[in-house]
Amino acid sequence: MDWTALRVSLWLGAGTIAILLPLGVWFGRLLAVHQFRGKVLVEALVTVPLVLPPTVLGFYLLVLFGARSPLGQAFQSLVGQSLPFSFQGLLVASAIANIPFVVQPIQRGFEAIPSDVRDAAACCGLTPWQRFTRIEVPLAWPGILTAAILTFAHTLGEFGVVLMVGGNLPGETRTLSVAIYDRMQAFDDRSAGVMAATLLVIAVVTLMLTTTLSRRVGVRRG
Amino acid sequence: MAPIPLDVEFVCDPRDVLAIFGPSGSGKSTILRSIAGLYRPEHVSVRVNGETWSDTESKVFTPPHRRAVGIVFQEYALFPHLSALGNVMTALGHRPSAERRPRAEELLRLVHLSGHQDRRPQQLSGGERQRVALARALAREPAVLLLDEPFAAVDRTVRRRLQDEIDELRRTLDIPLVLVTHDFDDVIRLATRLLILDKGKAVASGALTDLTSRADLPWLREAVGLGSVFEARVVRRDSQRGLLELAFDGGALFAADRSLESGTTVRVRIAARDVILATSEPPGLSLHNALPATVSAVADEATGDHVVVQMVVGSVLLLAEVTRDAIARLGISVGTRVYALIKSVSIAVTGPEAGASG
Repeated sequence: MDWTALRVSLWLGAGTIAILLPLGVWFGRLLAVHQFRGKVLVEALVTVPLVLPPTVLGFYLLVLFGARSPLGQAFQSLVGQSLPFSFQGLLVASAIANIPFVVQPIQRGFEAIPSDVRDAAACCGLTPWQRFTRIEVPLAWPGILTAAILTFAHTLGEFGVVLMVGGNLPGETRTLSVAIYDRMQAFDDRSAGVMAATLLVIAVVTLMLTTTLSRRVGVRRG
Repeated sequence: MAPIPLDVEFVCDPRDVLAIFGPSGSGKSTILRSIAGLYRPEHVSVRVNGETWSDTESKVFTPPHRRAVGIVFQEYALFPHLSALGNVMTALGHRPSAERRPRAEELLRLVHLSGHQDRRPQQLSGGERQRVALARALAREPAVLLLDEPFAAVDRTVRRRLQDEIDELRRTLDIPLVLVTHDFDDVIRLATRLLILDKGKAVASGALTDLTSRADLPWLREAVGLGSVFEARVVRRDSQRGLLELAFDGGALFAADRSLESGTTVRVRIAARDVILATSEPPGLSLHNALPATVSAVADEATGDHVVVQMVVGSVLLLAEVTRDAIARLGISVGTRVYALIKSVSIAVTGPEAGASG
């Protein structure tokens, strides 16, 4: 059992949620509430990481992070380290790969709030920020929770993007799913089996947690 | 839905209930939303209680949360994650936090919902939700109360009771009330003023009794049938004869018995189709009402065989819809003295039902 890989996986999952959730709430709500020109295009772009083969996504991210790209150069000069094959690079890649998993459930969550309820909140004298925190977020909560859990589960399982962007550096970019592949290549079936079982347990626990929480939210609302 | 051009202008005084009546899609709700600031028309001016809330000319726009407006939405729009009490307290942000809870409890008591304050909207019936919405609208201490089809989602019995409560409430509130409805029953029961809206345009507007006694409103005739509305007082119930004796500014009326207490002020509507004219008082009739009247107007429409006759009884105007032939035969014109014959069952009485509220 590669405990370091498990740690990297968990950190990556938590970090991705931390980066993506606030952005997802902002952007998902934007898509849910506002009508604007080119919304269909924006929605399509948000979904792209979902349908793109992970290796293709990884390839473009590598190009984007590379020393010749503006983003790569900016990061290099700011942090003094290159993005590819680092945990930070992996985190950014993971955040981008998970955009659809965050934005879509959150968008649906905000869309489910009737516009009359939003209007009623305004007529109750609530400022836009109060409306957001006291009415909209509590009502969109199931969507936000689903987004967080999907992202976490998806990050743990991501393989293609991780291998392309992060490589296989122990303690830095070697996640559990990469470690399983690594062990299998070395004919170490036992270790691979233990780690696969760990991921399976995490997946089941995550799903149980989601169901319980969403049911509790249901009770609270109903 | 294609946008409809909306062109209306109206004033509503405190204690008045202005009913905006018209078919769905005529722009009724848009007017309310514009008053609340939830919708921004191209050209608008909204002034409430001396304060300008919207004025496109001088580029004034107060956002909805800074307008003292109480609004009851058609589907109530309660906050599903909050209790009845929480819903009302949400609208009390302008009060010090220590006062909010007692004030919300007081408002729920006012709408007869004290026992239900911890329930969530899903655990309340349609009528109860409507009351929470009303309490929440009042919590804001609004300068104007807006009701958007407030009875559309409840059954008839609940509707009557809610109408009674709102009627009672508006007598205690010193603010204008604007009611949007497509049901003329609501208008008869609650409105003091009426604005008829069709395809975004005001067809007619004025005091309810004036508008309903006008003989020349083909739109109203087609939509709900003509019939004048006026106030009367219940003198007594005669349950044995199955009659209700009413007094109005023009004499006595006998209507079919209803559970109304004597002394109650009610609204009476007499449909023009149900009024028969006679030039002398006919003997030997089963009718209870034969009111002496003087013809004040005859509206002869170009189309159809019907003529609308307007007549004065005391200070009340009645309408009768009769055939052109009858007018010719009886020689009816302005100034003719006639008898308006009305069956007791044709007199529609609306008012607070005895034992219904509370």
